[in-house]
Amino acid sequence: MGQLLGGGHGMKTQSGNEININKKIKFNISKILLYVTLIVFSITMILPFIWMISASLKPEIDVFTMPIKWIPDQFKWSNYKEVWTRVPFLTYYTNTVIVAVAVTAAQVITCSLAAYAFSKIIFKERDLLFMGYLGTLMVPFTVIMIPQFIVIQKLGLIDNIGALILLGAFSPFGVFLFRQFFMSIPEELSEAARIDGCNDFEIYAKIIMPNAKPAIGSLVIFTFIYAWNDFLGPLIYISSDANRTLQLGIRTFQTLYTQDYALLMAAAVCAMLPTIIVYLLAQDLFVKGVAMTGMKG
Amino acid sequence: MYAYENKRTFKVKGNNIMHKFKLSNRVVAYLFLLPNIIGFLIFTLTPVIVSFGLSFTDWNGFNKSNFVGLSNYIALFQDETFHISLKNTLYYMGLSVPLTLTLALFVAMGLNKKIKGIKAFRTAFFLPYLSATVAVGVVWQLIFHPTMGPLNAFLMTIGMQNPPRWLSSSQWAMTSVIIVSIWKAIGYYMIIFLAGLQGVDESLIEAAGIDGANKWKKFVHITLPMLSPTIFFATIIAIINSFKVFDQIYILTQGGPGRSTNVLAYTIYNEAFVKYKFGYASAMAYVLFTMIMIITFIQFRGQKKWVNY
Repeated sequence: MGQLLGGGHGMKTQSGNEININKKIKFNISKILLYVTLIVFSITMILPFIWMISASLKPEIDVFTMPIKWIPDQFKWSNYKEVWTRVPFLTYYTNTVIVAVAVTAAQVITCSLAAYAFSKIIFKERDLLFMGYLGTLMVPFTVIMIPQFIVIQKLGLIDNIGALILLGAFSPFGVFLFRQFFMSIPEELSEAARIDGCNDFEIYAKIIMPNAKPAIGSLVIFTFIYAWNDFLGPLIYISSDANRTLQLGIRTFQTLYTQDYALLMAAAVCAMLPTIIVYLLAQDLFVKGVAMTGMKG
Repeated sequence: MYAYENKRTFKVKGNNIMHKFKLSNRVVAYLFLLPNIIGFLIFTLTPVIVSFGLSFTDWNGFNKSNFVGLSNYIALFQDETFHISLKNTLYYMGLSVPLTLTLALFVAMGLNKKIKGIKAFRTAFFLPYLSATVAVGVVWQLIFHPTMGPLNAFLMTIGMQNPPRWLSSSQWAMTSVIIVSIWKAIGYYMIIFLAGLQGVDESLIEAAGIDGANKWKKFVHITLPMLSPTIFFATIIAIINSFKVFDQIYILTQGGPGRSTNVLAYTIYNEAFVKYKFGYASAMAYVLFTMIMIITFIQFRGQKKWVNY
């Protein structure tokens, strides 16, 4: 490669320069084309969001006026206030925060512990067991939802957010993510600690976990967003208003105020704001997380 | 403590000691696995087995269940709703999976260059994936509104006389749902592809360029084969996910109009938690599960032909 480039340098003739200029122009045109395509496509992607935010700040009668007024004449912030007073939005928010935080914390602990066994301890049936875990990623939720419902019923956790926490606390996906990462932590680190007299639990707590911050970060974001946006779980288990999570609450709001379009949009904005903020704060970690689990099949 | 120091050297020692320390290794491993494995056994593995058993009963959640043999499965194949939802699920998969993956690959290729504002672009494509279906679902319902919605208003201004009625037309409802699904999923697969593209050797592409290959040839003969493991992985995930689609349907159409957007996951939910036909729903879920397993198996068998590792 280097030789080839070197050869090119030697032949810097008049015509060579012309070719270079031509190439540069061609290159610029293709770059502009790329930008235009990307800009048009990405605007299409976020157009629904822009329309939603714009509609959420309009008086009811202006929501569907044509041509679309992207910036309302007057910002009707009171739409937001009304959403929070018409239904117990604060309760929904609190419930969702509790569930999402508890599920996330539980998954980080249970999944990382299991992943340590799957990556750092050698025992005979390890890989078979791990394959079994991975296989369950194929199982559709519809297959296990009825028996899960029976278990939760036996535990007396119907209409209790505890059910959502318990069901969310274990995930083969989290185990997979941590295992992939732990495999990349050099064995020498564990060995050195072992020579210093650390047992496996100490190695896990003092060596592996402090070195696994990217994995922890991406699992936290993944799980938080998943738990925050979960709809089917609450739909099955939660029935009373006091225990509703945000997504279920939004759904209730939608069925109660079908014609209050501006309010519906304000509610939608409130429901998705936290996940968007979490993403913007930690997007690099998140992207790394997807990359880490997606790269190898 | 002493045991751990010896653990890694047991191979050079006698058989008895080896046995002893292997056991201790295993005990430690299971202590680590314990919290997760309890959940795994109670909430995943046992349910998989129990629902298989349930599929041979007439249990409705209240009465004592009776063993009914294969009659749930036989009833399934005569159930028109099941046929329709099976057909709809396959249609949804057949359209949404290739479209989503192609578009996502296209976007990833575009973003796999040193360009300005890459984070902003990435965020734009990723936002839909982040947002809850319940929230964006109602936005799309209004966008698709046949008479007042901005989409049809736009289509009419550019001269379309009778724009589709989208979610309220049984002909267009599934297409509308698929549009929303693609819009939501592009960002996820885009990132998977971006990660895969990191592993594509740039120097190979440059070398091909020197040899006179044009962009299309470089893409087909170098990028695609090198990306094939990622494409394989993404296809498997996308197909599994397409069999599970529920939220979009529940929010956007409730399976309607008519049964035009009734998919398997939605029908199973209805049979189970609306009609309380737990046995029947379990049989349906098992048919779905079997289909996913067969398709994944076929994909793994077929991968040798096109996936380069």
